[in-house]
This record gives sequence, C-alpha cells and structure tokens, in this order.
Amino acid sequence: MILCRVIGTSVSTVQHRVYDGKKVLVCQPVRPDGTTKRSRAFLAVDSVQAGEGDLVVVAREGNAARQVLGTADDPFHSVILGIVDDIELA
Amino acid sequence: MELARVVGTVVATEKYPGLTGIRLLLVEPLDENLESVGDPFVACDSTQAGPGDVVSWIGGREAALAMPVTFVPVDATIVSIVDQVDARSLP
Repeated sequence: MILCRVIGTSVSTVQHRVYDGKKVLVCQPVRPDGTTKRSRAFLAVDSVQAGEGDLVVVAREGNAARQVLGTADDPFHSVILGIVDDIELA
Repeated sequence: MELARVVGTVVATEKYPGLTGIRLLLVEPLDENLESVGDPFVACDSTQAGPGDVVSWIGGREAALAMPVTFVPVDATIVSIVDQVDARSLP
C-alpha cells in the first residue's frame, strides 16, 4: 500500500462493465510529508468516499482491489482503501 | 490503472491461439496533464477504443481478467475510454 494525494478525477462513459458506477480518482504518490511527489500519478477506484486534496492509502495490486470492490474475477487493479488523518513519524 | 493515448493499431496474423480476435492497440503512457511520459507499448482492448482516444489501462493478472476469455496470456488491457481528466498537479 502506498500514500497518495488525490489530485483529481477521471470520467469515462465507455468502460468495462465492472467500472460502471465506480468513482475513479487521480492519485499522486507522495512521500510521508504528504506533499512531495514520488512517481507518476495513476488512477484508482474509490471505496471510502475520498475527494480531491485527501491524503489516502492505495493498494496497487489486483487481489486487494478485487476483495474490496467486486467478485474474484473482476478486473480491478488499484483501489483507495483509506483516508489518512495523521502520520506520526518515529 | 494508468492513463494512455491510443497512437496506433497492431495487426498480428500469426499469434498464440488464445489471442485470436483480441484487438491490439499501440498506446503511449500519459501523465495527469495528458502529456506523453514514455515509450509506446501494446495493450489489448476491451472497449473499442481507437486512435486518438485517451484511455485507462490495467496491467498484471487483471489485464487478462478484463478479456472475454480470462485465461489468456496478456499483460496490459484497456478498460475505459476517458472523456475527461480534471487534475491539478502537485508543485
């Protein structure tokens, strides 16, 4: 799982049927400070009603995404799992 | 899922039997501002996307799950045609 900042939304009309009704957000991987960019932004399906500006935890792995979003055979890859309230560095 | 733009089609007559009937497209990866950020690669299509379309694609095992027959040897599949991306890059 990685930390990301939600920086926007993506809208599609024509899509694989399993994505119908799902909210897709643009996620920018960030360092633990919450603002420094880490790598290229990507898209993830939301499961926690996240929104633009939120710091989130994202799984970029299909099995986790399928557990949260659908059946065993649905082609999901990335899913937002939580909205981060606070990070405490040791 | 990641963003890409369809820049061409790929035709292969001789191919692994499980790939028969699957559309292959050449796509270039994009960032959140829809600017090209890497070399083009080949992806399967589940959406009837065409050249010029901005799409999102998935990789790994899920790429095969998006195809009608899920036991196929593919590692990238287009799962949506993107109408609009509204994103503000971090500074």
